[in-house]
Amino acid sequence: MLSNYLKITLAVMRRRKFFTFISLFGICMTLTILIVLTAFYEHMFGGKYPEVYRNRSLFSSMIEEIDTTTDATRRGPMSVYFIKQYISTLKTPEKVGFSSTPNTVNTYGNGKKLKLYFKYTDPVFWEILAFDFLEGQAITQQNFDRNEAVVVINDQTRDDYFGKDVSAVGKTIEINGQNLRVIGVVRGSPITRLMVSADVYMPYLLQKGDPTSTSFNGPFQAIVVAKSEQEVAAMQAEFDDVVRRIPLQQYGDFKPQVLKTSLLPYFESISMGGLLGAEEGKAQQRFFTIAILFALFFMSLPAINLVNINVSRILERSSEIGIRKSFGASAQTLVYQFVLENILITLIGGALALLISAGILWWFNNSHFIDYADLTINWTVVIITIVLSLVFGLMSGVLPAWRMSKLPIVEALRA
Amino acid sequence: MLSLQNIEKIYRTDTIETLALQNINLEVAKGEFLSIMGPSGCGKSTLLNIMGLLDAPTGGAVSFENEALTGFSDKKLSQFRNQKIGFIFQSYHLINDLPVLDNVELPLLYRNVSGSERRRLAQEALEKVGLSNRMKHYPSQLSGGQKQRVAIARAIVGRPHLILADEPTGNLDSAMGNEIMEILEQLNRDDQTTIVMVTHDENMAKRTHRLVRLFDGSLVSSNSFYNA
Ligand SMILES: Nc1ncnc2c1ncn2[C@@H]1O[C@H](COP(=O)(O)OP(=O)(O)OP(=O)(O)O)[C@@H](O)[C@H]1O
Ligand SMILES: [Mg+2]
Repeated sequence: MLSNYLKITLAVMRRRKFFTFISLFGICMTLTILIVLTAFYEHMFGGKYPEVYRNRSLFSSMIEEIDTTTDATRRGPMSVYFIKQYISTLKTPEKVGFSSTPNTVNTYGNGKKLKLYFKYTDPVFWEILAFDFLEGQAITQQNFDRNEAVVVINDQTRDDYFGKDVSAVGKTIEINGQNLRVIGVVRGSPITRLMVSADVYMPYLLQKGDPTSTSFNGPFQAIVVAKSEQEVAAMQAEFDDVVRRIPLQQYGDFKPQVLKTSLLPYFESISMGGLLGAEEGKAQQRFFTIAILFALFFMSLPAINLVNINVSRILERSSEIGIRKSFGASAQTLVYQFVLENILITLIGGALALLISAGILWWFNNSHFIDYADLTINWTVVIITIVLSLVFGLMSGVLPAWRMSKLPIVEALRA
Repeated sequence: MLSLQNIEKIYRTDTIETLALQNINLEVAKGEFLSIMGPSGCGKSTLLNIMGLLDAPTGGAVSFENEALTGFSDKKLSQFRNQKIGFIFQSYHLINDLPVLDNVELPLLYRNVSGSERRRLAQEALEKVGLSNRMKHYPSQLSGGQKQRVAIARAIVGRPHLILADEPTGNLDSAMGNEIMEILEQLNRDDQTTIVMVTHDENMAKRTHRLVRLFDGSLVSSNSFYNA
């Protein structure tokens, strides 16, 4: 029975090449685009290597100081002093780590000029993130206590500076005129993980500048990890409360009356949040609403298409329906056949989409457009879209099939 | 085996009412080979469709093997058609997207018959009509006579008790028509299959057991031939 239906489906698909193409193309295109877009979304915002705690992490926003009399505003990341004074002292978080916003430096290794992204970090940074160490280890409190000039590099930098797969631990690398001893090599992460990615990581104590400065402004961002996802909100609230009581600083002529800063989920913490209402912490929700509406709109085109094709496909097969009924197919059996055909076409379209998207993602991951890109297929999205296509397919297939199957045989045969 | 009582069929459209059949009383005996003749438009096909449960009469009752078939559900009627009746249409009505063998298997598809058994029975039926060398062909690759033989194979594959043939030779030349007729005669003789056949050909009709004539929706005469 099934093989017969399969045969007729394939025969119909073969015979109606153009319609087959359109319906497969519709399903395939939509699915591919959704899969690729969600892969990029997840690549940017999902909790991927090495940010396994992202779900219960918050990130410090910029500090914004406003002089309401002149409307002058000063905005920027924070200093180690500020973090230690006001964030590390919070009671709710399990861990508070920090790192500097990425900076570039040129260096020479292996006879080549290398442009490296580097970050200053504290030791907790390494406890929060799940970096894979290819060799050596992370920067620890001990390194800080001894004020050691050490560095952790990623595998790309090791390969470029010391040679491919050459052991680097114990060797020195020259950065900003300083000779730093490599103590660990990590598997790199894509630069889109803005808070954590770099080629080179150094203890923040190696940063030039006055270590006793009490300025709020500096190049640092804090990563604050709650004990559980449930405590994230409390952590945010505690900090909001602290911020209200921070004594304001004055900078010469600039005398702000207001200081704003907060701990935000990742999505809100990066620039996109500002557009969608970071203040209320609803940016991601809004983004999702927009994205889902967009996806639905986007899917409605092939859906309408599919409905259309299905209806005409079934209408034109009334003689087949008449014949099958003459030889004993019940209305129910016929509907079953058309449902199967629909499922088959949708699944073929889905399979094609999977192949194509896997190809696109593979190509992107290997294109070095973004180093360490690790785009993956989100199976939830795949399953949801395939189920949606099936629903559309069924709605558009079952109803006309049901009506056709009710058609008097004599009339069906005549058509 | 088949009994029609007071059958009436009226086609109603918004503007006109066509009385296609009226006051038809007919008994078909088991093992009989009956032919129906009449001018075009007199209601022969309509009558055959009612006999085969493809169409419902607007009045009267049909009973098959002493079972009254009025008020049967779609499912029950399908089952009945599937198990008891085999159709042969003037215009063949093969599924063009399926090869010959799959076309012949069709009635078995709606029974509990395994794939291999279906295949075996379909091959056997095709052998009977002399087409075992065309199993993988598609209908479009066959001549009219070959198509009609495929249709016969499909009609007999499920060993129905009754075969209904609506002008089975109507589209064929006389030689081909003769061959088809021989197959039907053989089925009737060897397997005691009851056959009702509509024809325009007096010579074909004479080869059957009995001929009924239809005129304007009514039965006008009935001849029996004992030469068969
Ligand atoms: N669906 C229908 N709607 C309206 N009238 C119909 C319909 N089907 C058949 N008729 C009418 O019923 C009458 C009998 O038709 P039928 O097809 O049974 O004739 P027939 O004897 O088989 O003719 P032919 O020898 O040309 O095949 C005709 O007058 C025809 O116009
Ligand atoms: Mg007719």
